[in-house]
Amino acid sequence: MDAANHRMRKFENGLMQVITCVCALLVITPLLLVFYHLIVEGLGSVNWAFFTQLPKPVGEVGGGMANAIVGTLTLLAIASVIGVPVGVFGGVYLSEYGSSRLNGWIRFTADVLNGVPSIIWGMVVYALALSVSADHTFSAWAGGIVLGMMMVPLIMRTAEEVLLLVPGGYREAAFALGISKWRTIVQIVMRTALKGIITGVLLALARVAGETAPLLFTAFGNNLFWNHNLSDPISALPLQIFNYAISPYDDWHRQAWAGALVLLLMITAINVGVRVLTSDRFRQSNR
Amino acid sequence: MNSLMPPNEEAKRTTAPAKPAAAAAAPTVTPAPAPAVSPAVPAANAVPAISVKGLSVFFGRHQVLKNVSLEAKASAVTAIIGPSGCGKSTFLRSLNRMHELVPEARMEGEIRLFGQDIYNRAVEPVIVRRRVGMVFQKSNPFPTMTIAENVTVGLRLNGVRRRDVLAERMERALRMVALWDEVKDRLHAPATSLSGGQQQRLCIARAIVVQPEVILMDEPASALDPIATAKVEELILDLKHSFTIIIVTHNMQQAARISDYTAFFYLGELVEFDRTAKMFTNPSRKQTEDYVTGRFG
Repeated sequence: MDAANHRMRKFENGLMQVITCVCALLVITPLLLVFYHLIVEGLGSVNWAFFTQLPKPVGEVGGGMANAIVGTLTLLAIASVIGVPVGVFGGVYLSEYGSSRLNGWIRFTADVLNGVPSIIWGMVVYALALSVSADHTFSAWAGGIVLGMMMVPLIMRTAEEVLLLVPGGYREAAFALGISKWRTIVQIVMRTALKGIITGVLLALARVAGETAPLLFTAFGNNLFWNHNLSDPISALPLQIFNYAISPYDDWHRQAWAGALVLLLMITAINVGVRVLTSDRFRQSNR
Repeated sequence: MNSLMPPNEEAKRTTAPAKPAAAAAAPTVTPAPAPAVSPAVPAANAVPAISVKGLSVFFGRHQVLKNVSLEAKASAVTAIIGPSGCGKSTFLRSLNRMHELVPEARMEGEIRLFGQDIYNRAVEPVIVRRRVGMVFQKSNPFPTMTIAENVTVGLRLNGVRRRDVLAERMERALRMVALWDEVKDRLHAPATSLSGGQQQRLCIARAIVVQPEVILMDEPASALDPIATAKVEELILDLKHSFTIIIVTHNMQQAARISDYTAFFYLGELVEFDRTAKMFTNPSRKQTEDYVTGRFG
């Protein structure tokens, strides 16, 4: 009786372990598959020309996606200029100033905004751009702004969380020295949480770098040319991938694979940067 | 002790009109130095450093302090004792308006710092805290800063830029807390690399470098080992020549060793306040006697 009971328990234990292990593997598998597939299909087309040349017109073989790579970097730069200060200082407000009731509403709003489908962000900025100027509905500005708006709630919530992790004792110590509140926040609290804030910013960048839907309405893309004016449409890697992938040309398909590989590598690089930063923070706190 | 004296006296000599010595010796309504006042200790005893009248503090509906009145003499150590939750820390924090950081805090009564009402509407809490420094139970040097930066942070963030001034005052403060010889070769190492006792002395140096008139200490040695505790106690006895010190402690022997006056708080009320010698040998109240002899609390 006891022995049978024991065997049953052992079996249940083992079963549970197998189930969780399989689920854990299921998490990793897609990333490996995606990487494998992209490398097989795309690596052949990733060459120097891909990073330096403009796309060739239909029918001509070769060329690259230099304009889309630069376009993505441009859009991320505009987005950062908008999203980083607003997000970080919004987080500072939540953690250092706001009343608990107002904070509840702001947090709720930010969480809802984080869940808003990206195409709706695109529509909103499209409508805004339309109301500002009918000639420039599609522009680098609009694309950067929509990505920046998407970054704000992401950054705000992570900034708030890492600022709240700074022990209250540091704030009190600074106040007790007669240091004013804003100096305490900037020089003591934000400095202590700096790595966490940077991590939040990088994660938000990685998140919006691959956004395609909102850019369809805003940056729009221009498949063949450099963007010389931020008020004109600008190309971006996700857009270029989309346009090339749905085209009927084999060469463009290869380029799309290469673009997807490069985009994924960019985002992976950002995530690795985050890991490096956070592991460094871990070391410091253990010292 | 002896090793502490020379830098201290040197400090007094080299900065004749500047504060730490002068401010404690010459209590005036403004923090500005008044070198004209000559007799040091008697004059200091004339105006109490801290004068509390009818102080009540509430957190929301909860009354933490009930009608407390007390006068702390300048250039002396006043110890606050009492069981946990009796309002000791709240009392201490009301002396530099730190209790106001709790949103629903409210106070009644009057607190004067060398005669000046610190709750006057025209007085900024920031200014009060520059005159009344604080050392906490848990040492809390800023983890992003070096040893040197930690000591000078109160000066730098209040607008002192000159490097020679910062270096000089940092060295003086570190000498006063007897930390200079231990850290002078690694001033630019992270402050968190110091031991617990050293960190606490660093925090005391950080508090005194801005030259406050009063230093509040909230159980400054309760997280330290006996040797580090002895060093901090020695330091307190030494600092009282330059500063007025008010210390909350759970350690009865510590209060007896280092304080000149002792206040016993119980359930938010000040039960008794007298010379330490009398409080520990011949208290007037039965409650005080029971507490200091360890019969309750």
